[in-house]
Formats: sequence, structure tokens, C-alpha cells
Amino acid sequence: MNYLPLIGIAIVVVGFLFRLNPLAVVTAAALATGLAAGKGLAEVIAILGKAFNDSRYVSIVWIALPVIGLLERYGLQQQARRVITRFRRATTGRLLLGYMLFRQLSAALGLTSIAGHPQTVRPLVAPMAEAAAERDTELDEVTRERVKAMSAATDNIGLFFGEDIFIAIGSILLIVGFLDQNGIHVAPLHLSVWAIPTAICAFLIHGARLLWLDRTLKK
Amino acid sequence: MIGLPALYTFTGLIFVAYAALSVARKRFGNAAFWGLLAASFLAGDRFGNFGNGLLVLALVALAGTGALRKPDVGDQAEDGSRRGNALFLPALIIPVTALAGTFLLPNSGLIDPKQITLISLGLGVILALIALYAWLRPPALAALEEGRRLIDAVGWAALLPQMLASLGAVFAVAGVGDLVGGIAGQVIPHGSLFAAVLAYAIGMALFTMIMGNAFAAFPVMTAAIGLPLLVHGFGGNPAIVCAIGMLAGFCGTLMTPMAANFNIVPAALLELKDRNAVVKAQVGTALPLLACNIILIYWLAFP
Repeated sequence: MNYLPLIGIAIVVVGFLFRLNPLAVVTAAALATGLAAGKGLAEVIAILGKAFNDSRYVSIVWIALPVIGLLERYGLQQQARRVITRFRRATTGRLLLGYMLFRQLSAALGLTSIAGHPQTVRPLVAPMAEAAAERDTELDEVTRERVKAMSAATDNIGLFFGEDIFIAIGSILLIVGFLDQNGIHVAPLHLSVWAIPTAICAFLIHGARLLWLDRTLKK
Repeated sequence: MIGLPALYTFTGLIFVAYAALSVARKRFGNAAFWGLLAASFLAGDRFGNFGNGLLVLALVALAGTGALRKPDVGDQAEDGSRRGNALFLPALIIPVTALAGTFLLPNSGLIDPKQITLISLGLGVILALIALYAWLRPPALAALEEGRRLIDAVGWAALLPQMLASLGAVFAVAGVGDLVGGIAGQVIPHGSLFAAVLAYAIGMALFTMIMGNAFAAFPVMTAAIGLPLLVHGFGGNPAIVCAIGMLAGFCGTLMTPMAANFNIVPAALLELKDRNAVVKAQVGTALPLLACNIILIYWLAFP
């Protein structure tokens, strides 16, 4: 066996550890992996180019930025803050807990693209979480960063541990296809129901951390 | 019929605007970066594979040499008090259009049904822009100028998800997945059910952290450990093993900078100082949840 192609993994790990520019690290890993697998340099560059061209759909999401930016120009973030400061009972933790529940339930219905980091977290959720924290205490820079990071984390966790309950999501279809190739036939519904126990655990664990965040903010 | 090519052209034109506005502000490094990306969207199919590879290397060279400048501050026209909660309505146009398009348009014959959600997203952007210009009457270039400001705030991280998808394709050509699966299959102690469950779930999380994507890790780990040991060896229920095994992989996604669109891009979008702040916020949930998944597979899949 030729284990040399694993060098790409080593490059990625070391590159991220030393906080080098990730784009450069990923490119170096791709080139090294291709060369180690016995391809010529020109061939590796062509493989990378084809993969890049075929993956352009990944970057389409950036066309939403003019809309978000225009709304921010007319005060969307400030309005989101103003709304949340009116509700005294809406603490940072409770607000994020409610958002996670909304994200898990909507993702479980297949509605994964109705929220996300550009669409909802930057313009709405993070400013609201910040404003709720600011109402009671003065926020230092470290705490402000933690509240914003927790807003993004809550979106990810709600999405990941909700979407697999929907039967037509990519990961469920991947499992069905993989098992099919190996001669095991399961219906998507029989897979998606087994995502429910983990979804409940995720809600309890992350929910407890969010309420704990409230307690640390009060001090 | 509207398909991906039309959407790529639209996206390319927006990046052309980002590049042109960067030139106007004498931010030439940023202009070159967004300009190359615009070229990829507008004419990538005509460059050939090697040409596209050179384009990738040029983009990376710009990012790696620090040619992209830090974001500048935008013009705040209003503070939101004048428009009030009505500002939330246009923010909903994109998600509502994406949703409505996904349900209503697949059989219309107007749109490629395979790409319905992405194209509905594009339609939503256009509808939202029309509504905002009619309502707020901003200066003509305001939307593109604000878009450029935000994409500059994200910077080179905007390209990272696409680059990682490309790295996955190179890994596949080089057979990296099979190598890792082979090693994983050899190191597991035989005979202990709990050890096998542990190896499968932790293997899914670790390999997902390396690849940045549970989809890439799942076939490798399940072929190496999940099917031969857990399902065929110990008689586990394949649906439960696979469904929860995939979710063990998702715990790995929460803990890696390689899952750039979930972990690095939001840190840039929220203008956090620590690039890994989102990953750090997630570890406290991901590790106990991984433990839950291990116990769930052990309890539920083996009657």
C-alpha cells in the first residue's frame, strides 16, 4: 500500500495548528496529495481546477449580501436590538434557546435554507443576543465575542440536529444509497426517526449551556 | 428553462460589481480577487481544467500574500427608528421565496427542478432588491456598495468552503478515504461490542474533523467498521447504526475549522477577532453529545 497520499491530511492539520492562511494550506494539501498519488504537477492542477469549477454552486450564497447590507444601512440591526430590549424577560440564553427550537423544528420539516449565518444570525440573532446581554450588565470585549460566537454556534447545532429528521435531506439520502449498494434496503423514514433521540439530547445539552450562559452573564 | 448557468452568470455579474467598486476605492488587491472569482462564474466552463487550476492558484496567491485589505466602514443612512419593525419584512423575502419556489415551481417547466432551491434563492434576492429600491429609494449603487462592504468583511474566507469541496475531490481521486478506512479497520480490537461502537462513533467524528464534512467520512467509516463489525459481526440494526453514526459525524463537524462554511465564515461575518471562536463555543456541546450518540447506538441498535 502507498500511504503517501495521507500527507495531505498532515499538511491540513499542521497548517491549521500553526494558523497559516487556510486557503494556502488547503491548496498545498491538494497539490501534495495529488503528487503523492503519482500524478504530474500539470495533471494535479487540472484536477484541482475541474473540482473548483464543479463546486461553484457552494459560493452562490454570497449574492444575498447586497440585500442584507442594504437593510443594515437602513438600521435593521439597531431595530433588532430595540425590539429585544423591550422584552425584559428575553435574556440572551432564553432568546438563543427559542431560536434553537425554531431552527431544529423548521429544519426537521426540511426548511433548512430559511435561516443561516448571512440570512438571520448576522442581521438579527447576534445583535439581539448582544442587546439582551447589554441590558443588565456592561459587556467587556471578551464576553461580547462569546455571546456572538454562541449565537453562531446555536444556529449550527439547531440545523445539524434537526435536518436529519427530514426524510429528503442529503445525509439521509446518502445513507439510503450507501446501504442500497451494500444490499441492505431501508426506507428513509426508518432512518430519520432514529435521528430524534439525538435531536432531543442536543436540545437538552445545548439548552442547559445557554441557560448557564445567562447565569455567568449576570455576575 | 432557467438552470445553474443563468444563476452563475447573475452571481458573476454581482462579483464584477464588487470588483469594480473595489477599484473605485483604490482597493486593488480586493478588486483582483473578486474579479478573478467573477471570471470563474462567468466563463469558468471555457477556461479548461488546467486554466481553472491556474485561476485557483492566482486566487490563493492573492489571499496568501495579504493582498486583500481589511473591510472599511459603511455609510449608515438611518438607525431603524423611522422604518421600525417594517424592516423585518424585506428580510423575509429571500427565505419565503426560497421556500415557495421549492414547493411551487418544480413542475412549472420554467426552472431546472434539480437546482430549484438555489435558483429560488436567486429569485428571492432579485425580488427583495426590487422591493427595497421601491420602498427605501436608496442611491442607485447602494445595494452593491453594501454587498461589497460585507464581502470584504468576510474576505478570503468567502472562498474557503468552495476550496474545501475541491480538496475533497482531489482526496477522492488519490484514494485517501480508502487508505484511512483500511487503517481504521485494522486497529480495532475484536470481540468487544462496546469497543467497536466506540471506534465507529469516534472514527466518524475524527475523520469528519479532518475532511470537514460528515458526508465524506460516512461511506469510508461505515465500510471499514460500521457494516463489517457492527452490522454483520454483532447483528446491529443497520438503520440505527447508520443514522446515529452520521450524527456522531456531525459532532465532529462542530469541532473543526475544516467545516469552514459553518465555523470560519460566521466568525468572519460576525467580525470576531478569534477565527476559531465559533468552534470553541461548540466543543462544550459536541463532546457530551458524541458520548450520547455512542450510548444511543449501543442501547438501541443491539436488541
